Amino acid sequence: MNKYNGKSVFKGIAIGKISVYKKGEQLVKRTRIEDTQAEIKRYKDAVSEATRQLQDLYDKALKEVGEANAAIFEIHQMMLEDDGYEESVVNIIESQNMNAEYAVATTGDNFSQMFAAMDDEYMRGRAADVKDISERLITILSGKSQSGVSADEPVIVVALDLAPSETVQMDKEKVLSFVTVEGSLNSHTAILARTMSIPSLIGTNMPLDDTVDGKLGIVDGENGCIYVDPDEETIKIMTKKKEEDDNKKLLLQKLKGKENVTLDGQKVKLYANIGNIKDLALVLQNDASGIGLFRSEFIYLDKDDYPTEEEQFTIYKTVVETMAGKQVIIRTLDIGADKQCDYFNMDKEANPALGYRAIRICLTRPEVFKTQLRALFRASAFGNLAIMYPMITSTWEVEEIKRIEQEVKDELTKENIPFGNPQSGIMIETPAAVIISRALAKMVDFFSIGTNDLTQYTLAIDRQNPKLDKFYDAHHPAILEMIRMVVENAHKEGIWAGICGELGADTELTRDFLAMGVDELSVSPGSVLPIRKIIVETDVKEYIKNSGAK
Amino acid sequence: MKQFNYTITDPEGIHARPAGELVKAAKEFESKITLEKDGKSGDCKKIFTIMALAVKNGNEVTITCEGPDEDAAAAKMQEFMKEKM
Repeated sequence: MNKYNGKSVFKGIAIGKISVYKKGEQLVKRTRIEDTQAEIKRYKDAVSEATRQLQDLYDKALKEVGEANAAIFEIHQMMLEDDGYEESVVNIIESQNMNAEYAVATTGDNFSQMFAAMDDEYMRGRAADVKDISERLITILSGKSQSGVSADEPVIVVALDLAPSETVQMDKEKVLSFVTVEGSLNSHTAILARTMSIPSLIGTNMPLDDTVDGKLGIVDGENGCIYVDPDEETIKIMTKKKEEDDNKKLLLQKLKGKENVTLDGQKVKLYANIGNIKDLALVLQNDASGIGLFRSEFIYLDKDDYPTEEEQFTIYKTVVETMAGKQVIIRTLDIGADKQCDYFNMDKEANPALGYRAIRICLTRPEVFKTQLRALFRASAFGNLAIMYPMITSTWEVEEIKRIEQEVKDELTKENIPFGNPQSGIMIETPAAVIISRALAKMVDFFSIGTNDLTQYTLAIDRQNPKLDKFYDAHHPAILEMIRMVVENAHKEGIWAGICGELGADTELTRDFLAMGVDELSVSPGSVLPIRKIIVETDVKEYIKNSGAK
Repeated sequence: MKQFNYTITDPEGIHARPAGELVKAAKEFESKITLEKDGKSGDCKKIFTIMALAVKNGNEVTITCEGPDEDAAAAKMQEFMKEKM
């Protein structure tokens, strides 16, 4: 047994035969031709055929992995249409009387060298795209079919590296896993493997010869390694792990794409909480119908200085574009208490949880607040974005927020910068906000109940202190009563109310929340499908009758 | 001839995808549309040429449109740059 370590791109286990993938080694023959016009026609026909293939790949990728990942094939089509590329090929055919294969290979080399020599890492990466289209043309010209995996059974594909087109055109039924020697976490292949949910490794230092090819392999995406020729014991352990994995996946598959609606027709929005742009893939994989809490703090915490409007705008825009029309609720800066940023230069406090934090910082430092709001309003032109303000205790705070929102909108209008019309809502996480929720509901578009802080402030218990465990009750009737009250007041004023704290993911309470009429639950991506399971299996009216819930 | 300057604000500059979109937008017009950066210029209808200019965030570029539909082309390019770059 041999074990090789790599970087895991997607968790999961794959067991099967290993197939070493080698590129269709393009040995291009250099031949003299007489009829240059006929040769140019052969080239142009090959371009049409390649464009057609790329269109098929684009359509396939669009369905399987989404627009953002499919775009690369559209770019490949444009590269094929590039006059400079064509001129070079035609020129070699005409002036040197060379065959089209040779002309394409030479042109491809020249263009990819041009990219490889650029001082921009991203552009250097594009050399691979040029090679990819050139190889496609040569394959067509030489009448060969695209090389691929030609196995009868599903295999673990091991390769030096894989071009995006190679990954997409492999028959998904035949691929258990991708393992590459090269590649980066942000390479197309890594992104595709993630979106396709195939356990995969990159940067795996392993041989690509007969010691591996055709052997039994186990890819452990959890620990980032591949076993070649595993011993009995390893096979036993990994098979068991895989079975558990499969069962979980099966359950999820059944629930994916299902609407979040109870047996008696009550609809609930089931959103995901995320704290980083990297979590977006998880949101999509788990089929959340939106993002209910995007913690914008990471943009600030990762830095040594205030993030600029442009930096923030780019991040928010990426999120709303990736979610493609689904709602994305972004919470404005919530630092202070346990989340500290050095460059904010905040004073030490005796009681930080009750201190200078979240909206209190924003309202006293409007320049920081306005930068974020400008970025949010601008990004709202690109998708379904909503803004949510944390730690509200009084109506005047909301009035102040509205005033600043208006200032930002006026500025953007004056500067001729487009912005959308985002919903604006508040977190209900202080007992004060609960008590005045009827008044607050008149001022905003939605409520989201932050149960973590609400519980801490209501029960006067610091959750970090283990001595208080005995007194801490997550299901305390006071909390449940408060949630009921907030939802009721929201509905009286015609707005929606959701829960984005940990309690929202508590499966013991899902039915009670449904009975209260909670409109939205926002939970960690991994909790989306387990909660959906409860929703689709619940008859709310029946539950209310049987449990005596209100 | 219509000409305007624009400073790139996209943090990644004109990388492959925006370059592709730029080419798509430029191809809608008959006019010759060129993009100039630091004295080097490229045809906006050729993706390799645009990518080879390696336009980065903060670079100032000059767009020139010349041809029968240059007014419409310049307006569209201006709108496109503002929105995407």
